[in-house]
Amino acid sequence: MNFRQIADVVMSASSADETEVLGFEENESLTRFANNCIHQNVTEKNVQITVRSVIATKIGIAISNDLRPESLRELAIRASNVAKLQPPNPQFKGLPRSQVITPVESFDGAVAECTPEQRAASVGIICRKAAQAGCAAAGSMTASSLNVGVANSNGVFAEHRLTLADESTVIMGPNSSGWAQRTGWHLAAIEAEALADEAISKVKMGADPVDFEPGEYSVVLEPYATADLLEMLAYDGMGALAVQEGRSWMNGRIGERIMADSVNIVDDGTNVAGIPWPFDFEGVPKKVAPIVASGIAVSPVYDSFTAGREDGKQSTGHATPPSPQGRFGPAPMNLFLRPGSTSLETMIKTTKFGLYITRFWYTRTVHPRDAVVTGMTRDGTFVIRNGEIAHPIKSLRFTQSYVEGLKYTQAIGETTRVLRSGFGGAVSVPAVQLGKFRFTSSTR
Amino acid sequence: MKDFTSHALNVATAKGARYADIRIIDHRQQVVSVKNGNVDGIGDQYSQGFGIRVLVGNSWGFASSAFVAKAEIERVATLAVQIAMASARVPGPPVDLGSPVRSTGQYTTPIEVDPFSISLEQKLDLLFRADEILRRNSGVRVSEANAIAVRNHKFFSNTEGAFVEQILYESGGAVAATAVSDTEVQTRSHPNSFRYQGTGGWEYVTDADLVGNAERVAAEAAALLSAEVCPRKDTTLVLDSSQVALQIHESCGHPTELDRVFGTEAAFAGRSFLTIEKRNNFRYGSDIVNLTADSVRPTGLGTFGWDDEGVPASSTPLVRDGEFVGYLMSRETASTLALESNGCMRADGWNRLPLIRMTNVSLEPGTWELDDIIADTDDGIFMETNRSWSIDDMRLNFQFGTEIGYEIKGGKRVRLLKNCTYAGITPDFWKSCDAIGNSRHWRLWGTPNCGKGEPMQTMGTGHGASPARFRNVKVGVFR
Repeated sequence: MNFRQIADVVMSASSADETEVLGFEENESLTRFANNCIHQNVTEKNVQITVRSVIATKIGIAISNDLRPESLRELAIRASNVAKLQPPNPQFKGLPRSQVITPVESFDGAVAECTPEQRAASVGIICRKAAQAGCAAAGSMTASSLNVGVANSNGVFAEHRLTLADESTVIMGPNSSGWAQRTGWHLAAIEAEALADEAISKVKMGADPVDFEPGEYSVVLEPYATADLLEMLAYDGMGALAVQEGRSWMNGRIGERIMADSVNIVDDGTNVAGIPWPFDFEGVPKKVAPIVASGIAVSPVYDSFTAGREDGKQSTGHATPPSPQGRFGPAPMNLFLRPGSTSLETMIKTTKFGLYITRFWYTRTVHPRDAVVTGMTRDGTFVIRNGEIAHPIKSLRFTQSYVEGLKYTQAIGETTRVLRSGFGGAVSVPAVQLGKFRFTSSTR
Repeated sequence: MKDFTSHALNVATAKGARYADIRIIDHRQQVVSVKNGNVDGIGDQYSQGFGIRVLVGNSWGFASSAFVAKAEIERVATLAVQIAMASARVPGPPVDLGSPVRSTGQYTTPIEVDPFSISLEQKLDLLFRADEILRRNSGVRVSEANAIAVRNHKFFSNTEGAFVEQILYESGGAVAATAVSDTEVQTRSHPNSFRYQGTGGWEYVTDADLVGNAERVAAEAAALLSAEVCPRKDTTLVLDSSQVALQIHESCGHPTELDRVFGTEAAFAGRSFLTIEKRNNFRYGSDIVNLTADSVRPTGLGTFGWDDEGVPASSTPLVRDGEFVGYLMSRETASTLALESNGCMRADGWNRLPLIRMTNVSLEPGTWELDDIIADTDDGIFMETNRSWSIDDMRLNFQFGTEIGYEIKGGKRVRLLKNCTYAGITPDFWKSCDAIGNSRHWRLWGTPNCGKGEPMQTMGTGHGASPARFRNVKVGVFR
């Protein structure tokens, strides 16, 4: 049964005032490796149908992976029955109307058809190179395809298929490690040789790290670390629900210059340089949404519910899937930190004394209003002295407001890297040079 | 059901597997969420499917599908074997699963009230009553109340002769109030900041008394807006039992997972400082620290009849009198140490591979009354209910934050404190533990959101704990 047939069965069985059907069909394969061998190798075929039934301003949700027609009809009835139980929610203004959606290409048959043997071959390159270097490699390669469809009784009907390829590795030496990752919607984005070389070079650079006193230092962040800045800022409040509830770093800052002039953060679901997706989970076309422009906080992103709570607002096409768990609220899924004009080498050369950081790990919000985050550096932390990387140091813990950190942006890299986001979607980020960053402890 | 499982195992064996297992799962989940007087989310989620794991030579393969039908089982079993053969192109060391597992039987979570027998109207009524009380406090911007019911009907069978059927129930609920000012946001929750959840029936939710605690939760959230920020210093720290549970989860539960020790989670969840030479040879904590992993204590999120390798539920010490003595293990990892699995392999659904997961990792009770711990503390800080958590990839350097704190002076709780954090190094921290609350204060908490593995799996784990005191701890690392 295709998505249109599924939607038709649900719609015809629904007695609700408005009905929405969201469908996912996913094929995901993942090969994991550690200690230079494949130890986990999995594949999954799944579907998920989410029905949102609206009676007046009351919403019921039902979710299933059973595609039998009688089950789909029952799903529609269940969602309506759940809606009937509730008091009206006057803040809900209805499901979206149909809008023109411009298709965007993000499907590569080579990813969708990637075999276990192909994945093993790619992973094998990394494991062999690590073994030759006297190291142990761990990591994973993902090849997945997703068909997503949204239909509602107001005329919305949208379908999109996309693929995701991702490969990452931590390569470990006796007392150091290196990280490398590649992400894209096309298989050509995966470069196993380059991944292995990048991580192994970091292992060599990082050998015999020394203790280092925590404190406030200038930093040069590789794109892997920059990605965390965007992901945590997104999690801590780039969505309108967080702002409306007063728990976002954007509260009280919209229209104000809060970061360096060079900082431009935008969500662009149509940009093929990222992992594009032309509409959100309500079937609203994704608009290019500036979040920070020339250092000024512009606006969070909206879905139809949060837009309906503010006069004159329209959804920006950033709805997340409906969930019985409650509204997560709108979220940016294709974030870009616009590149600057500085090379990574120049950032290092212009640092008199500071730290060079490969990536951050296990970062968590300490306080959302200023996006204060704590986490560790990992897989390569180095001292920069007089414009050169001087020596490796042991990983450090930082506790830092990411908003304040970007206020002291001194340079932004000229090239960007697309990376799969831990919160879904992807980020496209360059290296950055920040004047101040606060490290609060060290580890052994 | 045996027809399906036997067919899958026969196909896998015929295709070349020397070991195979299959899990068929029917999952139902019902969640009700209320926010600011409105329904924020409500509905049912159904998911069914099966996963087949095979060992061909010394290489593993796993495949799964949502379509439980004979032809699909054949396709998936064949695919699992093909994947295992592909794994063999980048081979590892010999795999020894230890003694055969031939478990048979049925297990159902003991419940008093089936959580699905409580109507949505009844659930909404409870949550709206709690939510209304939260909103009476004018300082509260966001009021939230939620409840969850889960039913997992699982069949497991393997080529060694095991066939077990389990029906696992989970219930849970929580309330939270968020107070907001122009420059500050503070949240208080009850009973815990993650949803309070355990294996049990609806009685688990009613026992949590969401309505009876709503007024206090709202008042504390509002009061926190104008509270002093936790000072930055080295001091004595007293943690409530829920925060001790979080501390156990991060700094004992995860580092005792033997797959981490062997490096197989290095690229994602991280490794462990508790390397194998340390077993029976490493001081993890002070003499009064005793930590146990069990899957038998009632209401724990790690409580079941058999794990997802068919190994029966059990109880094993991890830390005894402060000495590190044991791991959380699978069949494969246990055999590497010439041990038998203690039944810690679980998957979060039919579509995921079982991994070593915490069962109920608990700190055994001590001898102290909480009031006596406070009275015995001249200068320190009492912290309650987790708010943030971060720990390094070896599980050594941690920094945790709590929703609320109180300064302790002269044996009494005095000033209210906000934005409380504390930091340390795992064994140093546990070695500084000099008081643990007695069994009256011991409570088995649930952590429903433990992430591990690729693709990511979210697992529920249990942690029993009493309040405890730690000396010379760095607190107040906020900016």
